[in-house]
This record gives sequence, C-alpha cells and structure tokens, in this order.
Amino acid sequence: MDGTSEQRADAMFHALADRTRRDILRRVLAGEHSVSALAANYEMSFAAVQKHVAVLERAGLITKRREGRQQLASGDVQAVRSVASMLTELEDIWRGRIDRIDALLEED
Amino acid sequence: MPVIDITKDIDTRTIIITAQFAAPVERVWAVYADPRQLEKVWGPPQYPATFVEHQLAPGGRMTYYMTSPEGERFGGWWEITEVDEPRSFSFRDGFADADLQPLLDMPVSENTFTFETADGGTRAVFTSVYATAEGLEQVLAMGVEEGATSAINQIDDYLAA
Repeated sequence: MDGTSEQRADAMFHALADRTRRDILRRVLAGEHSVSALAANYEMSFAAVQKHVAVLERAGLITKRREGRQQLASGDVQAVRSVASMLTELEDIWRGRIDRIDALLEED
Repeated sequence: MPVIDITKDIDTRTIIITAQFAAPVERVWAVYADPRQLEKVWGPPQYPATFVEHQLAPGGRMTYYMTSPEGERFGGWWEITEVDEPRSFSFRDGFADADLQPLLDMPVSENTFTFETADGGTRAVFTSVYATAEGLEQVLAMGVEEGATSAINQIDDYLAA
C-alpha cells in the first residue's frame, strides 16, 4: 500500500469514527440532502454540521454540489463497496430473519 | 443453524437463502399468513415491524412500517404476484414513506419464497433479485436493517482489495 492510499484510509477511518458523521453518511446514502436539512436533525449548530459534512467530503465518502444558495450532499461509497460485499450485508439481514422465524417456531 | 445454503450471483444481484425449519410446511406458511407473526420476523428486533395492510393473495398488498429506536418510521410495501398455498408465494418489495405512500424512485426487489417438506421439517428457499447494483446499494444504504456500521466493514474489504 502506498502513502496515498494510507492517507486515504486514515481520512476514511477518521471520518467514520464519529457518530454524527456516520448518521449523516447514512442519510445522504439514501438520497441527496441539503446541508440545512441535515442540520435540522442534530442538536448542534449549522456550522458544526457543515464541518462534519466537510470531513466526510475530504474522505471521499460524500460529494457536494451547489444549487442556488443551497449545498446538496450525497453519499458516494462506490470506492468502498462492491456488489459482493453488498450481497453479504443482505445475507446478514436474512440470517437475522431466519433466526427469528426459528425462535417463533420454538415458542409453539 | 437453520441456514443451510447461500447462493449469491453478483451479475444478477440475486441472493438465494435456503433454510431448514423444525416445523411442518403449514406452520411455516402461517408465519407469513398472520401479520402478527410476520411482524416478529421481518424487522430486526431493534426496528420492530408493524403490518398495517396484509393480504396474502394474488394481487394483494401488504404495507408495513418499521420503527427505529429513535421513533422514526420506515415504510415498506409488498405487492403479491403469485400464491400457491402453502408451497410458495412471490411478491415485489419496495419502500414507502412514513405515511406508507410508496416511494416510486426507490428500488424494488422481486422475491419468491418456497416451502417444502424435507428432513422431518420444512425446507424454505428465499430468493431476492435486485434489478441494478445501484438499487441494491440504495436499499442497503437506507440502513433500516443494520445501520451504518456496515459502512465501516466495507472499508476493510476495500483496503484488502
């Protein structure tokens, strides 16, 4: 691994080490959000949320674009995801469901 | 461990889970036919599901919402396409908003569940197909099931690649 990718990994781990930033990432992965709409979800200032968004942007996890006076953020995890790992996540969901069916059947 | 086989096809975004349950086919079918039982197995424990509409019949609709630990509601809908009680049913599965109105720009998966008698119990096969990788990603990114920690797990894979 060269120095650049090490730096990139550091930036991503740093970005994701914060609960608010993980929450922001989850929201913008589900669809584009304006920074002011995001800020409404947290008990902190608009500027603080803007800083969190900037950290995520520097780590390459989200992209931002301007529309008029609004800044719109959307998640970009193409770099850290592959379809194979997504199917593994889906597998985990199904394992949970099947465990719960098993538990329900055992109650009888 | 009741999961006995998992097949994933990356090209077609298909996941097929085979499970073995220690109960007759009719009993397993009853889990899906009864909304009060279905809501115990569909949402994860921290996101309990509530089925509002439940019609397990061809052309029938199901609507439900899952409630997050913070009280946020994540809606969903099923559109039942085929039913062969108690052996199989197929449905389209999509997202809805908190008022249970379908979100038309969200991805829809095609699902078929089959149940057959095997080894003194029921062999169940759950097949889910997503049309596009982007759709699959969007579904997982909604985070209604597993939350954002999976995003961190992906980084390990990325770094190992």
